[in-house]
Amino acid sequence: MKMAQPAAIFEGAARVLAALLEARTGQALSEGRAWRMETALRPVLRQHKLADMDELAGRLTRKADPRLEEEVVNALLNNESSFFRDLQIFDMIHRQILPAIQAERSNRTLRIWSAGCSTGQEAYSLAIRLRNDAARWSGWRIEIMATDISTAAIDQARAGIFSQMDVQRGLAVGDLIKWFEPHGEDWRASAELRRMIDFRHDNLFDAKAPSGEYDLILCRNVLLYFSPERRQAVLRLLGRHSHARSVLLLGAGETVIGQGDDFTAHPEFRGAYVRQAALPEGTIGRTRLAG
Amino acid sequence: MKNCLVVDDSKVIRKVARHILESLDLSVTEAVDGQDALTQCEASAPDVVLLDWNMPVMSGMEFLQALTTAKMTARPKIIFCTTENGISHIKAAVEAGADEYVMKPFDRETLESKLVIVGVI
Repeated sequence: MKMAQPAAIFEGAARVLAALLEARTGQALSEGRAWRMETALRPVLRQHKLADMDELAGRLTRKADPRLEEEVVNALLNNESSFFRDLQIFDMIHRQILPAIQAERSNRTLRIWSAGCSTGQEAYSLAIRLRNDAARWSGWRIEIMATDISTAAIDQARAGIFSQMDVQRGLAVGDLIKWFEPHGEDWRASAELRRMIDFRHDNLFDAKAPSGEYDLILCRNVLLYFSPERRQAVLRLLGRHSHARSVLLLGAGETVIGQGDDFTAHPEFRGAYVRQAALPEGTIGRTRLAG
Repeated sequence: MKNCLVVDDSKVIRKVARHILESLDLSVTEAVDGQDALTQCEASAPDVVLLDWNMPVMSGMEFLQALTTAKMTARPKIIFCTTENGISHIKAAVEAGADEYVMKPFDRETLESKLVIVGVI
Protein backbone atom coordinates (compact mmCIF):
# COMPACT_ATOMS: atom_id res chain seq x y z
CA MET A 1 0.00 0.00 0.00
CA LYS A 2 1.43 3.40 -0.95
CA MET A 3 1.42 5.63 2.06
CA ALA A 4 -0.63 8.79 1.91
CA GLN A 5 1.43 11.88 2.61
CA PRO A 6 0.38 15.12 4.26
CA ALA A 7 0.25 18.15 1.97
CA ALA A 8 3.24 19.68 3.75
CA ILE A 9 5.69 17.45 1.88
CA PHE A 10 4.71 19.00 -1.46
CA GLU A 11 5.94 22.34 -2.80
CA GLY A 12 4.46 25.32 -4.62
CA ALA A 13 1.16 24.85 -6.44
CA ALA A 14 1.08 21.12 -5.64
CA ARG A 15 1.16 21.98 -1.94
CA VAL A 16 -1.80 24.38 -2.25
CA LEU A 17 -3.86 21.85 -4.19
CA ALA A 18 -2.96 18.90 -1.94
CA ALA A 19 -3.88 21.02 1.10
CA LEU A 20 -7.27 21.83 -0.47
CA LEU A 21 -7.94 18.13 -1.08
CA GLU A 22 -6.91 17.26 2.46
CA ALA A 23 -9.04 20.00 4.00
CA ARG A 24 -12.14 19.10 2.01
CA THR A 25 -11.92 15.31 2.07
CA GLY A 26 -9.37 14.22 4.65
CA GLN A 27 -7.49 12.48 1.86
CA ALA A 28 -3.73 12.85 1.67
CA LEU A 29 -2.09 12.42 -1.72
CA SER A 30 0.34 9.55 -2.13
CA GLU A 31 3.49 10.22 -4.13
CA GLY A 32 2.05 8.22 -7.01
CA ARG A 33 -1.08 10.35 -7.22
CA ALA A 34 0.86 13.60 -6.78
CA TRP A 35 2.81 12.72 -9.88
CA ARG A 36 -0.45 12.48 -11.84
CA MET A 37 -1.87 15.68 -10.39
CA GLU A 38 -1.39 17.82 -13.49
CA THR A 39 -2.92 15.17 -15.76
CA ALA A 40 -5.95 14.88 -13.50
CA LEU A 41 -6.41 18.64 -13.44
CA ARG A 42 -6.00 19.18 -17.18
CA PRO A 43 -9.77 19.32 -17.89
CA VAL A 44 -10.21 21.91 -15.11
CA LEU A 45 -7.33 24.02 -16.47
CA ARG A 46 -8.81 23.86 -19.95
CA GLN A 47 -12.33 24.68 -18.76
CA HIS A 48 -11.15 27.80 -16.91
CA LYS A 49 -8.52 28.79 -19.50
CA LEU A 50 -5.69 28.49 -17.01
CA ALA A 51 -2.13 27.88 -18.24
CA ASP A 52 -0.90 25.55 -15.52
CA MET A 53 -1.19 24.42 -11.90
CA ASP A 54 0.59 27.57 -10.68
CA GLU A 55 -2.09 29.76 -12.22
CA LEU A 56 -4.82 27.54 -10.76
CA ALA A 57 -3.27 27.62 -7.29
CA GLY A 58 -2.90 31.40 -7.60
CA ARG A 59 -6.57 31.86 -8.40
CA LEU A 60 -7.65 29.62 -5.52
CA THR A 61 -5.49 31.47 -3.01
CA ARG A 62 -6.46 34.97 -4.21
CA LYS A 63 -10.20 34.57 -3.61
CA ALA A 64 -12.66 31.99 -2.43
CA ASP A 65 -14.31 30.17 -5.32
CA PRO A 66 -16.30 27.20 -3.93
CA ARG A 67 -17.28 26.00 -7.40
CA LEU A 68 -13.71 25.90 -8.68
CA GLU A 69 -12.61 24.25 -5.43
CA GLU A 70 -15.27 21.58 -5.94
CA GLU A 71 -14.08 20.93 -9.49
CA VAL A 72 -10.47 20.62 -8.33
CA VAL A 73 -11.41 18.23 -5.53
CA ASN A 74 -13.52 16.10 -7.87
CA ALA A 75 -10.65 15.94 -10.36
CA LEU A 76 -8.08 14.95 -7.74
CA LEU A 77 -10.15 12.19 -6.18
CA ASN A 78 -9.44 8.72 -7.45
CA ASN A 79 -12.75 7.40 -8.76
CA GLU A 80 -11.39 4.14 -10.06
CA SER A 81 -13.96 1.39 -9.61
CA SER A 82 -15.29 -1.63 -11.42
CA PHE A 83 -18.18 -4.05 -11.23
CA PHE A 84 -17.58 -7.06 -8.96
CA ARG A 85 -14.10 -5.80 -8.13
CA ASP A 86 -12.29 -8.70 -6.43
CA LEU A 87 -14.91 -11.25 -7.48
CA GLN A 88 -14.08 -13.63 -4.62
CA ILE A 89 -15.29 -10.99 -2.15
CA PHE A 90 -18.69 -10.87 -3.84
CA ASP A 91 -18.80 -14.66 -3.89
CA MET A 92 -18.12 -14.68 -0.14
CA ILE A 93 -20.83 -12.06 0.44
CA HIS A 94 -23.29 -14.06 -1.62
CA ARG A 95 -22.49 -17.57 -0.35
CA GLN A 96 -21.54 -16.95 3.26
CA ILE A 97 -22.11 -13.49 4.68
CA LEU A 98 -25.63 -12.76 3.43
CA PRO A 99 -26.99 -16.24 4.32
CA ALA A 100 -25.53 -15.81 7.83
CA ILE A 101 -27.14 -12.38 8.19
CA GLN A 102 -30.41 -13.72 6.84
CA ALA A 103 -30.43 -16.54 9.37
CA GLU A 104 -29.96 -14.09 12.24
CA ARG A 105 -32.26 -11.23 11.34
CA SER A 106 -35.74 -11.73 12.65
CA ASN A 107 -37.08 -8.40 11.38
CA ARG A 108 -36.50 -9.38 7.72
CA THR A 109 -34.57 -6.19 7.00
CA LEU A 110 -31.17 -6.13 5.35
CA ARG A 111 -29.16 -2.92 5.60
CA ILE A 112 -25.98 -2.43 3.56
CA TRP A 113 -23.67 0.60 3.41
CA SER A 114 -21.17 1.06 0.61
CA ALA A 115 -18.90 3.72 2.13
CA GLY A 116 -16.71 5.47 -0.45
CA CYS A 117 -18.75 4.06 -3.32
CA SER A 118 -17.12 6.14 -6.08
CA THR A 119 -19.22 5.89 -9.25
CA GLY A 120 -21.43 3.16 -7.80
CA GLN A 121 -20.22 -0.09 -9.35
CA GLU A 122 -19.88 -1.79 -5.96
CA ALA A 123 -23.42 -0.90 -4.91
CA TYR A 124 -24.83 -1.95 -8.29
CA SER A 125 -22.90 -5.24 -8.08
CA LEU A 126 -24.55 -5.95 -4.71
CA ALA A 127 -27.96 -5.00 -6.07
CA ILE A 128 -27.49 -7.31 -9.07
CA ARG A 129 -26.58 -10.27 -6.86
CA LEU A 130 -29.57 -9.63 -4.60
CA ARG A 131 -32.00 -9.29 -7.51
CA ASN A 132 -30.61 -12.40 -9.20
CA ASP A 133 -31.44 -14.17 -5.97
CA ALA A 134 -34.85 -12.55 -5.58
CA ALA A 135 -36.66 -15.68 -4.37
CA ARG A 136 -34.39 -15.96 -1.35
CA TRP A 137 -35.08 -12.34 -0.40
CA SER A 138 -38.81 -12.42 -0.99
CA GLY A 139 -40.57 -10.57 1.81
CA TRP A 140 -37.38 -8.81 2.92
CA ARG A 141 -36.87 -5.08 3.07
CA ILE A 142 -33.48 -4.36 1.49
CA GLU A 143 -31.76 -1.02 2.01
CA ILE A 144 -28.54 -0.21 0.19
CA MET A 145 -27.02 3.17 0.95
CA ALA A 146 -23.93 4.28 -0.97
CA THR A 147 -21.93 7.38 -0.08
CA ASP A 148 -18.98 9.23 -1.55
CA ILE A 149 -17.23 12.54 -1.05
CA SER A 150 -17.13 13.29 -4.79
CA THR A 151 -20.23 15.09 -6.05
CA ALA A 152 -19.32 14.18 -9.63
CA ALA A 153 -19.00 10.48 -8.76
CA ILE A 154 -22.31 10.45 -6.89
CA ASP A 155 -24.07 12.21 -9.78
CA GLN A 156 -22.80 9.54 -12.16
CA ALA A 157 -23.67 6.72 -9.76
CA ARG A 158 -27.19 8.05 -9.30
CA ALA A 159 -27.69 8.35 -13.08
CA GLY A 160 -26.47 4.77 -13.43
CA ILE A 161 -24.78 5.49 -16.76
CA PHE A 162 -21.60 3.58 -17.56
CA SER A 163 -19.30 3.49 -20.58
CA GLN A 164 -18.64 0.43 -22.69
CA MET A 165 -15.25 0.17 -20.96
CA ASP A 166 -16.93 0.31 -17.52
CA VAL A 167 -19.41 -2.50 -18.23
CA GLN A 168 -16.70 -4.67 -19.75
CA ARG A 169 -14.74 -4.72 -16.52
CA GLY A 170 -16.18 -7.34 -14.21
CA LEU A 171 -19.79 -7.38 -15.38
CA ALA A 172 -20.90 -10.73 -16.82
CA VAL A 173 -22.63 -10.49 -20.18
CA GLY A 174 -25.77 -12.12 -18.74
CA ASP A 175 -26.04 -9.37 -16.13
CA LEU A 176 -25.40 -6.71 -18.75
CA ILE A 177 -28.27 -7.98 -20.89
CA LYS A 178 -30.57 -8.46 -17.90
CA TRP A 179 -29.92 -5.28 -15.89
CA PHE A 180 -28.69 -2.64 -18.33
CA GLU A 181 -30.09 -0.96 -21.38
CA PRO A 182 -28.28 0.85 -24.20
CA HIS A 183 -27.97 4.59 -23.60
CA GLY A 184 -26.41 6.11 -26.74
CA GLU A 185 -22.86 4.79 -26.81
CA ASP A 186 -23.14 3.94 -23.10
CA TRP A 187 -25.24 1.65 -20.90
CA ARG A 188 -27.71 2.57 -18.18
CA ALA A 189 -28.64 0.49 -15.15
CA SER A 190 -32.32 -0.45 -15.15
CA ALA A 191 -34.75 1.67 -13.14
CA GLU A 192 -35.32 -1.35 -10.90
CA LEU A 193 -31.65 -1.47 -9.94
CA ARG A 194 -31.38 2.31 -9.52
CA ARG A 195 -34.38 2.32 -7.19
CA MET A 196 -32.64 -0.17 -4.90
CA ILE A 197 -29.76 2.17 -4.03
CA ASP A 198 -29.82 5.41 -2.07
CA PHE A 199 -26.78 7.34 -3.34
CA ARG A 200 -25.70 10.20 -1.08
CA HIS A 201 -22.93 12.77 -1.23
CA ASP A 202 -21.32 12.54 2.21
CA ASN A 203 -18.02 13.08 3.99
CA LEU A 204 -16.78 10.28 6.24
CA PHE A 205 -15.40 12.91 8.65
CA ASP A 206 -18.66 14.76 8.98
CA ALA A 207 -21.04 11.96 8.12
CA LYS A 208 -24.72 12.88 7.94
CA ALA A 209 -26.04 10.14 5.68
CA PRO A 210 -25.70 7.00 7.82
CA SER A 211 -28.39 6.29 10.35
CA GLY A 212 -28.73 3.40 12.74
CA GLU A 213 -26.82 0.18 12.24
CA TYR A 214 -25.89 -1.67 9.07
CA ASP A 215 -25.62 -5.44 8.71
CA LEU A 216 -22.90 -5.20 6.09
CA ILE A 217 -20.50 -2.31 5.54
CA LEU A 218 -18.11 -2.16 2.61
CA CYS A 219 -15.37 0.44 2.90
CA ARG A 220 -12.94 -0.86 0.32
CA ASN A 221 -9.91 0.99 -1.00
CA VAL A 222 -10.81 4.07 1.01
CA LEU A 223 -8.63 3.91 4.13
CA LEU A 224 -5.42 3.83 2.09
CA TYR A 225 -5.94 7.48 1.17
CA PHE A 226 -6.05 8.62 4.81
CA SER A 227 -3.49 9.32 7.49
CA PRO A 228 -3.38 6.83 10.43
CA GLU A 229 -5.36 9.26 12.63
CA ARG A 230 -8.04 9.67 10.00
CA ARG A 231 -8.26 5.92 9.44
CA GLN A 232 -9.01 5.50 13.13
CA ALA A 233 -11.69 8.18 12.94
CA VAL A 234 -13.33 6.42 9.98
CA LEU A 235 -13.27 3.05 11.75
CA ARG A 236 -14.78 4.69 14.83
CA LEU A 237 -17.62 6.03 12.67
CA LEU A 238 -18.17 2.62 11.05
CA GLY A 239 -18.14 1.05 14.53
CA ARG A 240 -20.88 3.43 15.67
CA HIS A 241 -23.05 2.23 12.81
CA SER A 242 -22.39 -1.49 13.43
CA HIS A 243 -24.20 -3.95 15.64
CA ALA A 244 -22.73 -7.03 17.29
CA ARG A 245 -23.05 -9.15 14.13
CA SER A 246 -22.31 -6.52 11.48
CA VAL A 247 -19.66 -7.47 8.96
CA LEU A 248 -17.08 -4.94 7.74
CA LEU A 249 -15.16 -5.49 4.52
CA LEU A 250 -12.07 -3.46 3.62
CA GLY A 251 -10.06 -3.45 0.40
CA ALA A 252 -7.33 -5.94 -0.40
CA GLY A 253 -4.24 -4.77 1.43
CA GLU A 254 -6.21 -2.71 3.93
CA THR A 255 -6.41 -3.78 7.54
CA VAL A 256 -7.59 -2.65 10.97
CA ILE A 257 -4.18 -3.47 12.47
CA GLY A 258 -2.84 -0.46 14.30
CA GLN A 259 -6.01 1.52 13.57
CA GLY A 260 -7.54 1.52 17.04
CA ASP A 261 -9.68 -1.04 18.84
CA ASP A 262 -12.99 -0.62 17.07
CA PHE A 263 -12.81 -3.75 14.90
CA THR A 264 -11.17 -7.12 14.99
CA ALA A 265 -10.86 -10.04 12.59
CA HIS A 266 -14.14 -11.83 11.96
CA PRO A 267 -13.89 -15.31 13.43
CA GLU A 268 -15.68 -16.88 10.47
CA PHE A 269 -15.27 -14.82 7.30
CA ARG A 270 -11.75 -14.55 5.95
CA GLY A 271 -10.61 -10.98 5.47
CA ALA A 272 -13.73 -9.54 7.15
CA TYR A 273 -14.02 -7.66 10.43
CA VAL A 274 -16.47 -7.39 13.27
CA ARG A 275 -16.86 -4.76 15.98
CA GLN A 276 -14.35 -5.42 18.74
CA ALA A 277 -16.77 -4.85 21.60
CA ALA A 278 -19.12 -7.40 20.03
CA LEU A 279 -16.82 -10.31 20.88
CA PRO A 280 -17.01 -12.13 24.21
CA GLU A 281 -14.45 -10.76 26.61
CA GLY A 282 -11.14 -12.62 26.47
CA THR A 283 -12.01 -14.57 23.29
CA ILE A 284 -9.88 -12.44 21.03
CA GLY A 285 -7.40 -9.93 22.40
CA ARG A 286 -6.54 -6.75 20.66
CA THR A 287 -6.87 -6.22 16.95
CA ARG A 288 -5.19 -8.93 14.91
CA LEU A 289 -4.82 -9.88 11.27
CA ALA A 290 -7.88 -11.31 9.56
CA GLY A 291 -7.66 -14.83 8.18
CA MET B 1 -1.14 -24.42 -17.79
CA LYS B 2 -4.49 -23.64 -19.36
CA ASN B 3 -4.72 -22.98 -23.06
CA CYS B 4 -6.47 -20.24 -24.98
CA LEU B 5 -7.14 -20.49 -28.71
CA VAL B 6 -7.15 -17.04 -30.30
CA VAL B 7 -9.26 -16.99 -33.45
CA ASP B 8 -8.89 -13.87 -35.57
CA ASP B 9 -7.99 -13.14 -39.17
CA SER B 10 -6.00 -10.10 -38.03
CA LYS B 11 -2.37 -10.87 -37.24
CA VAL B 12 -2.17 -7.71 -35.13
CA ILE B 13 -5.12 -8.70 -32.92
CA ARG B 14 -3.69 -12.21 -32.48
CA LYS B 15 -0.34 -10.74 -31.48
CA VAL B 16 -1.89 -8.31 -28.95
CA ALA B 17 -4.11 -11.04 -27.50
CA ARG B 18 -1.19 -13.47 -27.24
CA HIS B 19 0.87 -10.88 -25.39
CA ILE B 20 -1.91 -10.25 -22.83
CA LEU B 21 -2.87 -13.92 -22.41
CA GLU B 22 0.73 -15.08 -21.92
CA SER B 23 1.17 -12.39 -19.26
CA LEU B 24 -1.80 -14.03 -17.51
CA ASP B 25 0.02 -17.39 -17.53
CA LEU B 26 -2.03 -19.00 -20.28
CA SER B 27 -0.53 -20.91 -23.19
CA VAL B 28 -1.74 -19.59 -26.53
CA THR B 29 -2.49 -21.19 -29.88
CA GLU B 30 -3.78 -19.30 -32.91
CA ALA B 31 -6.30 -19.86 -35.69
CA VAL B 32 -6.93 -17.58 -38.67
CA ASP B 33 -10.66 -18.39 -39.15
CA GLY B 34 -13.51 -20.51 -37.80
CA GLN B 35 -12.66 -23.58 -39.88
CA ASP B 36 -9.04 -23.53 -38.70
CA ALA B 37 -10.30 -23.13 -35.12
CA LEU B 38 -12.73 -26.03 -35.44
CA THR B 39 -9.99 -28.33 -36.75
CA GLN B 40 -7.73 -27.36 -33.85
CA CYS B 41 -10.51 -27.78 -31.26
CA GLU B 42 -11.26 -31.29 -32.51
CA ALA B 43 -7.56 -32.21 -32.34
CA SER B 44 -7.05 -30.80 -28.87
CA ALA B 45 -9.76 -28.90 -26.99
CA PRO B 46 -8.54 -25.61 -25.51
CA ASP B 47 -9.88 -24.33 -22.16
CA VAL B 48 -11.10 -21.11 -23.70
CA VAL B 49 -11.54 -19.61 -27.16
CA LEU B 50 -11.22 -15.90 -27.89
CA LEU B 51 -13.39 -15.73 -30.97
CA ASP B 52 -13.65 -12.99 -33.60
CA TRP B 53 -17.07 -12.32 -35.19
CA ASN B 54 -16.21 -11.36 -38.76
CA MET B 55 -13.78 -13.73 -40.48
CA PRO B 56 -13.41 -15.24 -43.96
CA VAL B 57 -14.09 -18.94 -44.67
CA MET B 58 -16.05 -19.49 -41.42
CA SER B 59 -17.35 -16.64 -39.22
CA GLY B 60 -17.48 -16.66 -35.44
CA MET B 61 -21.23 -17.36 -35.51
CA GLU B 62 -20.77 -20.27 -37.94
CA PHE B 63 -18.00 -21.63 -35.74
CA LEU B 64 -20.34 -21.58 -32.71
CA GLN B 65 -22.97 -23.51 -34.66
CA ALA B 66 -20.40 -26.05 -35.90
CA LEU B 67 -19.04 -26.46 -32.39
CA THR B 68 -22.35 -27.90 -31.18
CA THR B 69 -21.81 -31.03 -33.30
CA ALA B 70 -18.02 -31.17 -33.17
CA LYS B 71 -16.30 -34.26 -31.77
CA MET B 72 -14.64 -32.93 -28.63
CA THR B 73 -13.78 -34.24 -25.21
CA ALA B 74 -14.87 -31.03 -23.45
CA ARG B 75 -16.50 -27.87 -24.63
CA PRO B 76 -14.26 -24.81 -24.25
CA LYS B 77 -15.48 -21.53 -22.79
CA ILE B 78 -16.14 -19.01 -25.53
CA ILE B 79 -15.36 -15.31 -25.27
CA PHE B 80 -16.81 -13.55 -28.25
CA CYS B 81 -14.71 -10.66 -29.57
CA THR B 82 -16.42 -7.98 -31.58
CA THR B 83 -16.38 -4.35 -32.68
CA GLU B 84 -20.15 -3.96 -32.31
CA ASN B 85 -21.83 -3.23 -28.99
CA GLY B 86 -25.48 -3.37 -30.09
CA ILE B 87 -27.58 -5.30 -27.60
CA SER B 88 -29.18 -7.44 -30.33
CA HIS B 89 -25.71 -8.39 -31.54
CA ILE B 90 -24.61 -9.35 -28.02
CA LYS B 91 -27.81 -11.32 -27.39
CA ALA B 92 -27.38 -13.21 -30.65
CA ALA B 93 -23.85 -14.24 -29.66
CA VAL B 94 -24.98 -15.41 -26.23
CA GLU B 95 -27.93 -17.33 -27.68
CA ALA B 96 -25.53 -18.99 -30.13
CA GLY B 97 -23.46 -20.27 -27.22
CA ALA B 98 -20.94 -17.56 -26.28
CA ASP B 99 -20.18 -17.46 -22.54
CA GLU B 100 -18.87 -13.89 -22.58
CA TYR B 101 -18.19 -11.09 -24.99
CA VAL B 102 -15.50 -8.46 -25.22
CA MET B 103 -15.32 -5.32 -27.35
CA LYS B 104 -12.29 -4.48 -29.46
CA PRO B 105 -9.96 -2.87 -28.70
CA PHE B 106 -9.53 -4.60 -25.34
CA ASP B 107 -6.88 -4.18 -22.69
CA ARG B 108 -5.34 -6.54 -20.18
CA GLU B 109 -7.70 -5.63 -17.34
CA THR B 110 -10.80 -6.18 -19.46
CA LEU B 111 -9.65 -9.52 -20.83
CA GLU B 112 -8.54 -10.65 -17.39
CA SER B 113 -11.96 -9.82 -15.91
CA LYS B 114 -13.67 -11.87 -18.65
CA LEU B 115 -11.37 -14.85 -18.02
CA VAL B 116 -12.21 -14.64 -14.31
CA ILE B 117 -15.94 -14.55 -15.06
CA VAL B 118 -15.78 -17.70 -17.23
CA GLY B 119 -13.64 -19.39 -14.57
CA VAL B 120 -10.48 -19.92 -16.61
CA ILE B 121 -8.23 -17.96 -14.25
